[in-house]
Amino acid sequence: MAVVEREKLLEVKNLKKYFPAGKKGVLKAVDDVSFDIYKGETLGLVGESGCGKSTTGRTIIRLYDATEGEVLYEGDDVHDKKSRSELKKFNRKMQMIFQDPYASLNPRMTVKDIIAEGIDIHGLAKTKKDRENRVYELLETVGLNKEHANRYPHEFSGGQRQRIGIARALAVDPDFIIADEPISALDVSIQAQVVNLMMELQKERGLTYLFIAHDLSMVKHISDRVGVMYLGNIVELTTSDELYEEPLHPYTQALLSAIPVPDPELERSRERIILEGDVPSPINPPSGCRFRTRCPHAMDVCAAVKPKWQEAREGHWVACHLYDEEAVKQQN
Amino acid sequence: MEKLLELDNIHVSFQTYGGEVKAVRGVSFTLEKGESLAIVGESGSGKSVTSKSIMRLLPNKIGSIKQGSIKFQGKDLAKASEREMEKIRGAEISMIFQDPMTSLNPTMTIGKQIMEGLRKHQNMSKSEAKERAVNLLKLVGIPNPELRVDEYPHQFSGGMRQRVVIAIALSCNPKVLIADEPTTALDVTIQAQILDLMRDLQDKTGTAIILITHDLGVVANLAQRVAVMYGGMIVETGTVDEIFYKPKHPYTWGLLASMPKLNAESKELLAIPGTPPDLMNPPKGCPFAARCPYAMEVCLENMPEATDVSSSHKAACWLLDERAPKVEPPEEALVGGAR
Repeated sequence: MAVVEREKLLEVKNLKKYFPAGKKGVLKAVDDVSFDIYKGETLGLVGESGCGKSTTGRTIIRLYDATEGEVLYEGDDVHDKKSRSELKKFNRKMQMIFQDPYASLNPRMTVKDIIAEGIDIHGLAKTKKDRENRVYELLETVGLNKEHANRYPHEFSGGQRQRIGIARALAVDPDFIIADEPISALDVSIQAQVVNLMMELQKERGLTYLFIAHDLSMVKHISDRVGVMYLGNIVELTTSDELYEEPLHPYTQALLSAIPVPDPELERSRERIILEGDVPSPINPPSGCRFRTRCPHAMDVCAAVKPKWQEAREGHWVACHLYDEEAVKQQN
Repeated sequence: MEKLLELDNIHVSFQTYGGEVKAVRGVSFTLEKGESLAIVGESGSGKSVTSKSIMRLLPNKIGSIKQGSIKFQGKDLAKASEREMEKIRGAEISMIFQDPMTSLNPTMTIGKQIMEGLRKHQNMSKSEAKERAVNLLKLVGIPNPELRVDEYPHQFSGGMRQRVVIAIALSCNPKVLIADEPTTALDVTIQAQILDLMRDLQDKTGTAIILITHDLGVVANLAQRVAVMYGGMIVETGTVDEIFYKPKHPYTWGLLASMPKLNAESKELLAIPGTPPDLMNPPKGCPFAARCPYAMEVCLENMPEATDVSSSHKAACWLLDERAPKVEPPEEALVGGAR
């Protein structure tokens, strides 16, 4: 497949992020996650709340310091001890768009100053006029206009604010954007506007995206490849078409079958895999495979051994004993 | 079928600092016994306000029903006194709210909260009510109900809390259950559990459901009839099949087209341009005209009447007038069998 030939932009290797929980507890939000992101692609990351998808995104951009593991951006480790100036270099290449357009814009700053903050920090504008022109240009790029520059965030609707958030991310001319649930706070008709804008920008500027979301249909729409997370682990990763047509991991299968489809006839006839129970606590996760407590196919080996992260088919990675011949043999 | 609830030309307004917000502007619909009706719309379309006015839960200083009637079993709820409403809320009509994290009292045990309604409306003794509470928890699928009944909300997960909320809502065998975005705050696998539970309980109890949601997938899963709201009005109503397979209103087309389909290859989504109208100064004509690609002059000036498409299907759009040009829905709006 062409994907294999492409140049890696980002390599995440055995990334772990633990948070202290209580006196002795440790919350393993992200526990040994590895994946690559290729130049120009969109990698989707899906999973339910608490699975660690946002923590993964935030650790990649170093909003959190990793507990262990590496994040290589064009071969350079983001988490290596870096001076401020070295980090600044990364910050220009990597930007983030946040979920809540109401909380992610400073209400006391004008749109112009919000967008230009990155331009100022990195000294990208020589004169005041230059700074202004850049802001105007960015506003137009995201479908707003010049007149909006001197207004405050509260004067905008949710969709417009998310556009401002996108303009802010674009201001430093990044190569890589992490979008953490960028549309889940928006109405359906506005979601489509923002997704279309993001896809257009990607085409024009050759951007690479890490798109984090829980809405699987939107993730399928925007992503080239999709990773599925469960309780701090990635359980499956492949191209978005293959993931939706032939999901291998039982969790992915359940997740896909749980989405209600806007088609009444299909809904009436569809067989659903309904998972029992809730996601276990990440403070004390199950041994072996973390999904085994809810998995309809769980075997004895699943409790004993953590499944290997392996390529079951070309370009289709999965961590499940069902696809590990040795494990299945052992079981029988 | 027997009419259970009938809303006729309901208008609801809120007095705010900036002026009067006309949140609901002439909503009429009927709910029959045992059916499930979905009200779909974006935030600010008036769907939650409509449901709150049925329960008379509008903030009474600023919000009021300006006009219209809400007939429930022969009584007009719009004019009922607070005392009369207290007898209806929870006993005859009950409600499930969106956020299970905030709709339970954190200082009371789950059992006490379920028993509250039973003690008030059905004059049960403490021990009877407790027994019923345990049975209800079992009904909504909570394991170890005898133990869990004495626990507090923080000891339950989100999905479990929503089950408790459903148990409370169903405790007095209401005739109507209003579910305001019952699964929006939940994860997909938990949402599937709750939708399954609601369908199952409806079969068992015969309660009529008004489902308020913005998620067309949930609508297709649970509803028999659908009302699409926009700008404080119902723009289209019909059976679930009519709305999904033969939609007539351009706003419904837009909603269907802006959703990515899991089983279709990815094309550009057909987004609805612009933003919803400001209900402080609602437009004179059709509320959707400003965003409608098919808008004509008449749309800006005059509000279209609801036109019958079939005996169960109505849409309020000038395109259905015989003088209007014939317009076909965009391809992106076609779902499944209609494709």
